[in-house]
Formats: sequence, structure tokens, C-alpha cells
Amino acid sequence: MKLLGKLDWSAIPLDQPIPLIASGTAGGLVVAVVIYVWAKGWMPYLWHEWITSVDHKRIGVMYIILSALMLLRGFADAVMMRSQQALALHGAQGYLPPEHYDQVFSAHGTIMIFFGAMPLVIGLMNFAVPLQLGVRDVAFPTWNNVGFWLTATGALLVNLSLGIGEFARTGWLPYPPLSELAYSPGVGVDYYIWALQISGIGTLSTGINLVTTILKMRAPGMSYLRMPVFCWTSLASNLLIVAVFPILTATLAMLALDRYLGFHFFTNDAGGMPMMFVNLIWAWGHPEVYILVLPAFGIFSEVFSTFSGKPLFGYRSMVMATMFICIVSLFVWLHHFFTMGAGGDVNAAFGIATSIIAVGTGVKIYNWLFTMYGGRIRFEPPVLWGIGFIITFLFGGLTGVLLAVPPADFVLHNSLFLVAHFHNVIIGGVVFGAFAGYEYWFPKAFGFRLHRGWGITAFWLTLAGFVLTFTPLYVVGMEGMTRRLQHVDNDLWDPWIILAGLGTVVIAMGVAAQLIQLVVSIRQREKLRDVTGDPWNGRTLEWVTPSPPPTFNFPVLHDVHGEEAYWGMKQAAIAQERLYDEPDYKAIEMPRNSPTGFVTAFFATIIGFALIWHIWWLAGLGFVGAYATFVVFAWRDEDEYEIPAEEVARVDRARRAARGPEWLAAMETRA
Amino acid sequence: MKGVSMKSIWRGAAGLLLFALAGCSHQGVLDTAGPIAAGERTILLNSTVIMLAIVIPTAIATLAFAFWFRADNPRARYLPEWAYSGRVELVVWAIPILVILFLAGVIWVGSHDLDPFKPLPAEKNSKPIEVQVVSLDWKWLFIYPDQGIATVNQLVIPVGTPVHFSLTSASVMNTFFIHRLGSMIYTMNGMVTQVHLQADQPGTYWGQSAQFSGDGFSDMNFKTQAVAPADFAAWVAKTKGQGPALDAKAYAGLAQQGTVKTPYSYGVVQPGLFNLISTQKIGPAPGPQAGRGGVNVSPRTPAQ
Repeated sequence: MKLLGKLDWSAIPLDQPIPLIASGTAGGLVVAVVIYVWAKGWMPYLWHEWITSVDHKRIGVMYIILSALMLLRGFADAVMMRSQQALALHGAQGYLPPEHYDQVFSAHGTIMIFFGAMPLVIGLMNFAVPLQLGVRDVAFPTWNNVGFWLTATGALLVNLSLGIGEFARTGWLPYPPLSELAYSPGVGVDYYIWALQISGIGTLSTGINLVTTILKMRAPGMSYLRMPVFCWTSLASNLLIVAVFPILTATLAMLALDRYLGFHFFTNDAGGMPMMFVNLIWAWGHPEVYILVLPAFGIFSEVFSTFSGKPLFGYRSMVMATMFICIVSLFVWLHHFFTMGAGGDVNAAFGIATSIIAVGTGVKIYNWLFTMYGGRIRFEPPVLWGIGFIITFLFGGLTGVLLAVPPADFVLHNSLFLVAHFHNVIIGGVVFGAFAGYEYWFPKAFGFRLHRGWGITAFWLTLAGFVLTFTPLYVVGMEGMTRRLQHVDNDLWDPWIILAGLGTVVIAMGVAAQLIQLVVSIRQREKLRDVTGDPWNGRTLEWVTPSPPPTFNFPVLHDVHGEEAYWGMKQAAIAQERLYDEPDYKAIEMPRNSPTGFVTAFFATIIGFALIWHIWWLAGLGFVGAYATFVVFAWRDEDEYEIPAEEVARVDRARRAARGPEWLAAMETRA
Repeated sequence: MKGVSMKSIWRGAAGLLLFALAGCSHQGVLDTAGPIAAGERTILLNSTVIMLAIVIPTAIATLAFAFWFRADNPRARYLPEWAYSGRVELVVWAIPILVILFLAGVIWVGSHDLDPFKPLPAEKNSKPIEVQVVSLDWKWLFIYPDQGIATVNQLVIPVGTPVHFSLTSASVMNTFFIHRLGSMIYTMNGMVTQVHLQADQPGTYWGQSAQFSGDGFSDMNFKTQAVAPADFAAWVAKTKGQGPALDAKAYAGLAQQGTVKTPYSYGVVQPGLFNLISTQKIGPAPGPQAGRGGVNVSPRTPAQ
């Protein structure tokens, strides 16, 4: 046995300039940033205040930073795919050979779903849910930090594959037998398996954490039917995580057993059943779509209500529709393989189940519509994302229901029509929703707003680029073009492929506008500062506290009377022309920060890397290290510290000072 | 600014529709060449129209509400407390439910009528043609058991005659798809799937795999030639006895990974070969061989 398992110099792509330069640049940048931070003396601050933080708000922010980096990586892959296809027409081969192109589209899907969209949505839930519930933190703060760092470990492993070895060449869901050792002998699929297994533990942790938080830790008086809709959709989303992520873990564990120990769960030979993988992976995979989109629905609910200056129309209907989607989403997965020949009865049953989900979504869209009806809509960027979402999602939903009709799916399955459909709902739904949430909660997180003009520019460029990119893909899909082609031999498709490539350029301008918005906003932060903590005239509890909120979120926990807890308090204050009486401030116990998550993730990275390259001794060492970290954490003596009553009082008095009579008068006229 | 924005949103939405309709005029899945594809087109268009009937008014209402209730429109009525109306709720639930009920009927009937396993009605004097399909890395093998011939990357069928395809895979999953004839179906090792198709007009139709199957996937396509029955008979007679023979040994060669640029045919086929493959009496085809990276190294070296 070699000391380093399968790892040797041939793993470095010295003969392939694209991954070599890309990974070299990315690695160099990371090193440069670390050196810069070190030289500036920021390391202790980062370590004590962020890396080891168990504060749900900071963990939420870190999730979103991770997601932003991964969205950029995934977008770079997308640009390569679209440009490759646009350059590989009429027998031309483009610039990416198949074995590289296949890694690019597999990495694009994997990164976008697991490390772009998931951390984005989880980050927003992490940040906003405890604030909206009116509590001080999530149920298990340290575990929350562990979950984040395990997700980051997964992202790191996927990106390591760029410079060491290769990534899977199977598509973002590694269907066997292609993903079995016989047809994928390299380390690509192993990178996929271990990156997802490790980050999957992180995701499941978050799911359990947020479900527990929502079920057990609401502000006094906040019954289930007084929770903001975003908390409801987060509850639904996290219930789905808890229900289906174990399926993903088990399925990938079986694939790993096949590849590592010669089992035959999904192999062609010895009684293996590749179809079972397809069945299981979609039993996770379809609910996953709703895990992503339900929180986005919640964000839109908050946004439409706040910026229309009205309560959400049909709150109970909205809650029902949410839970309806949550449950029915578990019964539709077979529509991903209508074309495997299940027969009329089975196909029809799952086709109907799938289209029934559109009832829940339809109800939601009408409720947003009637939330705007009779409102005074302020066209801030979050609302623009919201309206853009409704329009694009209507069409994305239409094509989705079309694909749920089995005879239509028989000619559209795995075509670019399908690709256009799921980008239509994931970009138009999840990404637009997350961007709305980012614009909406940014001032809460950092105490200043994002630049409005650049936000609007980013919205229009992204929307235009999105339409320009994906409409042609619908068309070529209707012309019979299937997905994942490295080169294209059909003249009919050429103009549309080129058009879609140009659309990517416009999306890139949208991405740039959003980055510029962030930089401009940080530079003009004094001008954009919000001292009141309530910049949008909000209605839910996160706006009652200062921005950025103190570690303990709320100086005093608020009693909730009715839906829209904060709106009620604000109206009472306006009516009485004064805030409620200054409460009796008490000291607050908060959990201590802990390096457990970071250290665990460090060992998890070692375990993952060692398993990928068959370096068994190193994997064993990693396991021992991870277990030792857990033991040290479990036997800790002190886990909380006290924030003195004077500090709590200071924070709250500053907030009350910012909300003087002028502010009350301003709120009254705006409402 | 807001007025302009609304207009652009709407223009984008209209563009989407126009593109979709314009794109379908030639050679697409809507330009059907057989009864299965025609049935699927009908369902596709019906479902789209049913849904557009509700999607378009909703899109217009969204833009209209957003525009009219903008904060600086003094004529719009402000209803700051209006958050519930039983009547509106009823309509809001009823519209999607009714549409989906209607669509559910389409789905139920369509799924049964167009089930790929369901035989096509044959005319009195024409017997269905049997074709056995094997997907290989990365080419298509078509065996005509009754005629005793086989082709690679080229499918010839008589016009107006139902064709019964039995399909399996030598290695990984693929889907067999001739988009102008209709229904695609997966091919899987150790299993046999079926699809019944028919071409009603002569022509050459593009065929390919829709399920990614590895590095040679993009070249894994074939031409389907639908010809007059007499021409089909002539083609069979010409092919028979000509060219190489397809037996277990020749098949083993064909099953090696690689692509086939020029279609060709086998004049003789070992009887029962398809059954040997689908029942795994002939084992699954091998994966990447030496030179493309074995089990110990990462397969960085390009295929060839």
C-alpha cells in the first residue's frame, strides 16, 4: 500500500491549462487574503468574533458569504458551458474537450444547488428566523456553527477537485452504472460523494436546529398562527430537510459502499439495481426543490406586505398552502423518470400529484396579488425582485406542469426545455427570492441600506439576461435538443445556442452590478446609515431591535398580541405618541463562542480528502481528531457568559433615543 | 421610471411566448411525423392553452395591480387593513383547483393512451416491424430479428407501419429518442423496455440519446430513414448477406468504448443475440481501458 493512496503527481493537471490556471489563481487569491488579514492584524478579531461565533446572525452572514463565492464559481462554470456550446457548432469542438466539459456541467449543478442555493437560503433563515420569532438565538447555537463549517468543508472539497484530481463526469446526480467504479474509475465521483456526505451532515444539523427553534422557542404569546409567514415557510422547508436529507445520505452511502467495498447496490452485475438509485435520489431530489423555494415564498410574502403597507392577504390560506406544498412535495418524485416505462397508472398518478402542487403555488400567487391590491407600493429593489419573480414564475410553473403531463414529458424529458424550466423556477424563484431577502435584511444585519440605484440596475440586467439566456433554451428544447452536449451537429439549433451565450453576458453584467452595489454601499455607508433599526416601516419583530442587532437580539423579550407583532406595538406607540415604558433591564446569559465547529470541520476536511484518495491512515487520524473535538466540547466547564444589565440598558436606551417623537410622526405619515 | 419598468417586464413575457411559438415551426417536436408524436403534440398544446388561459390574465393583473397601487398614485384607494375576504379566498382556491382538475383528466387519459408499451393498431395487411435496440458506449445498435440483419447508428423503417422497439443497454443508461416520431424511453442493462412508434411520412429524422452516458455522449446520435415499404424491402434484401456478421465476438468488439462516425450494417446476425445481452448471458460492456486511466489514477488523459 502506498503511503499516499492513489495520490501522486499525475493528479495535478499540469497538461491542462484551464483548470491549472483557474485553480492556481483561486488558490493564490485565498493565500493572499489570508496573508493580508494576518498582516493587518485582523486575525484575532475574525477568529473570536466570526469564525468561532455561535451567534445565529453572524453564522447566517457567513453562510451568505460562502454562497456568494460559490455562486460566482458556479456562474463561471455556466459561462464556460454556454460559450463552449456556442463555439462547438458544425463539427467544431470548442475549447473544452469532453472529459473537461463533463466535469464543468457536473460541477455547475452540484455547486449551484448544494453550495450556492442551499447556503443562501439557509443563511437567510438562520439570520431572520430567530429575530422574527423574537428570541435570542437558535436552539443549539454551537451545533449551528458546526453545521456551517461542515457545509464549508463540502464546498472546499468540491473546489479542491479543480486542482487535485478531477470532479465527477456524470452530471450533478451521479446516475449509476455510469457513476460506478466500472465506468467512472477516477476520483471524481468520490469527491462528489464525500463533499455531499459531509455538507449533508451540516444541512441536517441546520434542519433539526431550525425545526426545534421554531417549534419550541417563540416569543411569549407567539402562537403558531401568529408567526410571520417566513417562519412558516422556514418550518416547512426544515421539516423537509429532516425528512429527506437522510435519504440522500443513505443513497450516497450505498454508492460509496459499491465503489469502496465492492458492494452491488446499484451495479449492473450481481443483482444490483441502478434504477433504485434513480428512485431514491429523486425521493430526496424533488423535495429539495421545495426546500429551496419555500423560504423564497416566505421572503416574498414579507416583502409584498411590508412594501405595500398592508398585512399579508389571506395569512391562514398562505399557511395552509405552504404546508400543503410541504406534504405533497413528498409524493411527486417519480415524474423525474416517467420515461423509464412505469406504465400508464403510475405515470398518471404521479403526474396528477405533481400538478396538484400548482394549486398551492397558484393560491400563493393570488394572495400576493391581493396583498398588493389596495396597497401603497414602494418600488424598492426587493419589490422589483418580487414582481419579476411572479411574472417569470408563472411561466416557469406553466412549463413545470407541462413536464408533469407524462405524454408531454415523453418528448421533453432531459431536453434543453427541461433545463430552461428548472432554471426558470430556480433563478426566478429561489435566486430572485434570496436577492429580495438580501436587499430587505441587509440594513438589519449591518445598519445601512444597500444602494438603491445599483440594486435596480442589477435587477433589470439580471432579468433581461435571464430571459435572453433561457428563452432560446426553451426553443431548442422544443426542437429536440437534449442536454449536456459538448458539441452540436444540428443547424437548426445554432442561432438559439448563440443567443443563449449572449444572454450569459447580460447576466454577467447583472452580477457585476450587484458586486458594484455592495462596494458602493460600503463606501457610502454613512450616507445610507439607518439608526432607527426600522428602515422599511416593517411589521415583524426583527424591526423592533436596533441594526445591527446586539448579540442578545432583544434587550427584553416582547409579548406578542396578534399577528404582525411589531406592527401592533408600533401602532400603539403612534396612538399614544410615545414608546412603551422603559422596562426593568436584567442581565442576559448568552452562549460562549466555540472553536468546536471550525476544528471539527478541519478534521472533516482531512477525513474527506483521505477517503477520496484512499489514504486510510489519514482518514483514521481525522476520525480520532473529530471525535476528540467532540469529547472536549462535551466536557467543557463553562458554556455561557453574562451580559450585565447596564450593557443591556445602554443598547436599548440608544435605540429608544433613535425612535423619538419625530420618528413616530414620520412612521404615522408613511403608513 | 415605474411605468417603463412595467412595460419592460411585459415585453419580456410576451417575447417569451413569441419565441416559443416561432421556434416550433420547423423540425421540432411539434413538427410531427407519426401518430405517437401527433398525439403528444395535441396534449402538449392543449395543456399549454389551458394553462395560458389562466397564466396570462394573472400576469396582466400582477402588473396592473403593481402599477395602479404604486405609492405615488393619489387616485388609488389605500386599504391598509384589508387582508381577508372569504369570497376572494374561494375564487383564489377554486381557479387553480378547477384548472388542475381539468388537466388531471388530460393526464390520466393521455398517460394511458400514449403509454410507450402500448402497441399501435396495425392495418390489416401490415405486420409490425420488430427492432431490437442496444445502446452501447457510444453508439446505437439496431437488430432486425425477423430480417436477420443489424445496423449501427442508422435506423431504416417503412412508412405507415408500426415499429415495435425492444430496448436494452450494454453498459450505462441512455434514452432512445427520435423527437419527430415521439416518446423517448430509457435503455438499461439487464432490462428490456419497449416503445411503439410509427412514421407516417418519408424522411430522415434525427435520433439521439437524451441521458448523458459519458465522454462520447455528444456523438451518440443516429439518422432514422423512413422509406416506402417497397424501398424498405429492397434495402433489407440489399443489406442481407453483405458486410460483416454480428456474433458474440463481433459484439464484444463493438461494445468497447468509442464512437462510430460512419453508420454501417451487418448482413448476418447471430439469432437470440439481443436476449443474451438483455439477460446478461453476455455480461455488461467494459468501462474505460488502460490509457484512459485505470483504477489507480485519475483519468485525466483524454479519450481516443
